Amino acid sequence: MTAPTGKLGVVMLCHADLDRAAQLARHWVMQGCPVVIHVDARTAEADFAGLATALHDLPDIRFSRRSPCEWGSFGIVQATLDASARLLADFPRVSHVLLACGSCLPIRPVAALHAHLARHPDTDFIESVTTADVGWTVGGLNEERFTLRFPFSWKRQRRLFDGYVALQRALRIRRRQPDGLVPHLGSQWWCLTRRSLQAIISHPDRPRIDRYFKRVWIPDESYFQSLVRQVSSRIESRSLTLAKFDYQGRPYTFYDDHLHLLRQTDAFFARKIWPQADLLYRTFLTPDGDRALALEPNPGKINRLFAKAVERRVKGRPGLYMQSRFPIRARGGTLSAAPYGVFTGFAELFHDFQPWLARALDARVHGHLFAFDRVEFAGGESVFKGGLSDSPTLRDYNPKSFLTNLIWNTRGETQCFQFGPADAQDICSFIAGDPNATVFVISGAFAVPLWQSGRSASDVRPEAARLQKVESDFLRALNAPETKARTRIWSLTDFIENPAEPLEQLVDLLNPRAAHRTTDLPQLLPLNGFGTFLQDLRNQGMAPVLMGDFPSDAELAQPEQTFARPKIVR
Amino acid sequence: MGLTSLLRLRTRRRYLLARAFRRRRQLTPVQDRTARLPARPILLFSTMRNERVRLPYFLTYYRRLGVDHFLIVDNGSDDGTREYLAAQPDVSLWTTGHSYKRSRFGMDWLMHLLRRHGHGRWCLTVDVDEFLIYPFCETRPLRALTDWLDSAATPSLSAMLLDMYPKGAMHEQPYREGQNPFEIAQYFDSGNYAITRNPTYRNLWIQGGPRARLFFPDRPRQAPAMNKTPLVKWHRSYAYVSSTHMLLPRQLNLTYDDQGGERPSGVLLHAKFLDTFAAKAADELARGQHYAESGEYRAYREGIARERDLWCHWSEKYVNWRQLEVLGLMSKGNWA
Repeated sequence: MTAPTGKLGVVMLCHADLDRAAQLARHWVMQGCPVVIHVDARTAEADFAGLATALHDLPDIRFSRRSPCEWGSFGIVQATLDASARLLADFPRVSHVLLACGSCLPIRPVAALHAHLARHPDTDFIESVTTADVGWTVGGLNEERFTLRFPFSWKRQRRLFDGYVALQRALRIRRRQPDGLVPHLGSQWWCLTRRSLQAIISHPDRPRIDRYFKRVWIPDESYFQSLVRQVSSRIESRSLTLAKFDYQGRPYTFYDDHLHLLRQTDAFFARKIWPQADLLYRTFLTPDGDRALALEPNPGKINRLFAKAVERRVKGRPGLYMQSRFPIRARGGTLSAAPYGVFTGFAELFHDFQPWLARALDARVHGHLFAFDRVEFAGGESVFKGGLSDSPTLRDYNPKSFLTNLIWNTRGETQCFQFGPADAQDICSFIAGDPNATVFVISGAFAVPLWQSGRSASDVRPEAARLQKVESDFLRALNAPETKARTRIWSLTDFIENPAEPLEQLVDLLNPRAAHRTTDLPQLLPLNGFGTFLQDLRNQGMAPVLMGDFPSDAELAQPEQTFARPKIVR
Repeated sequence: MGLTSLLRLRTRRRYLLARAFRRRRQLTPVQDRTARLPARPILLFSTMRNERVRLPYFLTYYRRLGVDHFLIVDNGSDDGTREYLAAQPDVSLWTTGHSYKRSRFGMDWLMHLLRRHGHGRWCLTVDVDEFLIYPFCETRPLRALTDWLDSAATPSLSAMLLDMYPKGAMHEQPYREGQNPFEIAQYFDSGNYAITRNPTYRNLWIQGGPRARLFFPDRPRQAPAMNKTPLVKWHRSYAYVSSTHMLLPRQLNLTYDDQGGERPSGVLLHAKFLDTFAAKAADELARGQHYAESGEYRAYREGIARERDLWCHWSEKYVNWRQLEVLGLMSKGNWA
């Protein structure tokens, strides 16, 4: 095997899974690229010996001096420098040097990479961004990586690390940077020209620069990225290696089931590959690996996948309460999964309110979901979507779970339900605090069924007083400043003066996109005699106030005549 | 959370560890193959009694996921369970005739084994009728998951119990040895789980499913807990407090995000409601060895007599893990 002229050399940093590293190194060498391998000094000697044995038949493999490569320490930079120097010295025909790791998989054929480098002969491919422009560092340490000292390990000595950072901030200690150095950050994985790399290695000021970077945090993301700015003639600030990081700065891992995505990327390498992703290694580590590639690269797909994963982890699905998502402090966000309507007093005034509402809104309209004796699901079902039971005991055991489950289970279909002072009230505070709730109240309508029961005012007085008290509490909750629900409240008197307008309003609010059609209004109950009933209640010593100033029978015009089934006309 | 209650939790944990240690003598090794474990093994721990017919599929299922070794306590089986297990090359078996109930339903025995063999390793503690589903379980072995959890420094994964049931009465479709039980028990309740947070242990307490719906509609408090944390990178100082529902130290119970995000989680498909269930319930009732004076089983017996069928119009038919994810029963979190 002879190394062709003007070719790529590879520096490979390894610390574990050395059998995969051996496989990769063999692939590189077989493709004509010499490799210098650096193995972490902390890796067991036996593993290292195994790697050396596995590769002993290959001429273009070297092992560089082993340094300990703790994450975030200078050891990684030292290892890279040593291995690069070795590569440049031992393989004079190498024109470009690629920095890779033991789990960086070449996903395009080496020939394609050579062609790419030949098209850009004097270009250094290295992501190199000024600290001010970096948006991806985690933990808020951008510029401070260079102005503070970091003698402690972030992984092992976290408290010392954090404490020392805080101390330096408090004392306003800042380091002086070496002359001419402009801090830049970027991906650790680069591909540099021999000229640039040699210039960095033999930089006249290197001892001082190295001393400085020994106390910089994560120098492997800044050493070459900063120095290349001083030596390079042409920088393409883009890594050839596809490496995705999650919201905490940890690299994503690629598995066998990512094969179709990797085929569509435009990068040359991908990391990290899970060591046991046999299919990926098998597919890409073949001389004709280009067959694995899609004709039309679509790198956006893989970006979307990882962006969605981060969103799922950070924001989650609103309104979902489950074993691994249980928001405790609602911080102005929605509490439930979708908008829903709560109706107080309507079913009491209109016989056919529920079917009418279902037609007008194209929604699922339940009865009193929180009735004391039974959960009145739409259609009188005893079990509802998701397996929700109509048992009031089960519901009242955790009413919040009951309602959030109902709304979650029926995503895509608006839910409406009746709610009144005769129902279990524990859910009130949740509804009032939920921006997805729209609550319509005809206050005082609870008295209509009492009146219709035909019982005497003295009989129903205690019940009426109790319901009025409960409804007042509900209204108070709805009118509280911290309420997030949308509310529309009419007194019974106001409502019956012109029922068409409120009904039209509620259709607008809950189903704004519906094609408005002329709809029949529901049939209002005749209320002749209700005024007398209220007066009887007053005479019994109760003060029915929530109904408003309800007109006496004489004043009450025949509702049938004044708005005989008015139409909503648009 | 004051210092006193922290100390109380620590005392509790030490007590549980001491209990497990004291009961180690109740275990007699039948086949101990733990000396030949591979490097970084994934271990499965289980206690069982008379589960011969379930074993072939159980072992196959978890072998396929990548469990390296099974550590099993046999509680006085007489149906060939012990002999079958002892003959398996990847099973280490202990046996005991002592009380299941007085061993905290087997947890004392398992905790002793966890302490001896599980330290620093990923340990899955499940019953023989619990089948772990996790994100990407069709394409990625358990090792991929534990490697990822390791890289995220996450020591535990929650997987709530999901009761699976057949359509029709349980005895109508008998379970054959080696069969996937979910060919019969295909259905589950997708969205009737009530969740509260336990302020002391900080775990979520989940109740619901067909058992709450049918057997406990009038006393929901007593409905069985569905929250489980079966997969833990064990440390010898850890303790399961009540079955695998919660752990100490309680940081291990923080498998959920309380700011609105989603952490990754799995599901334990529960193949309890098969034709074998009636016999099991009768046996448990006679032995009085289960939770709450076997009240749960009594409720089942009554419930089954009354309802016969756990299936309802809204029951969801199981497809795969993605379906469970869409339904919101489990989450990928940021694993992609």
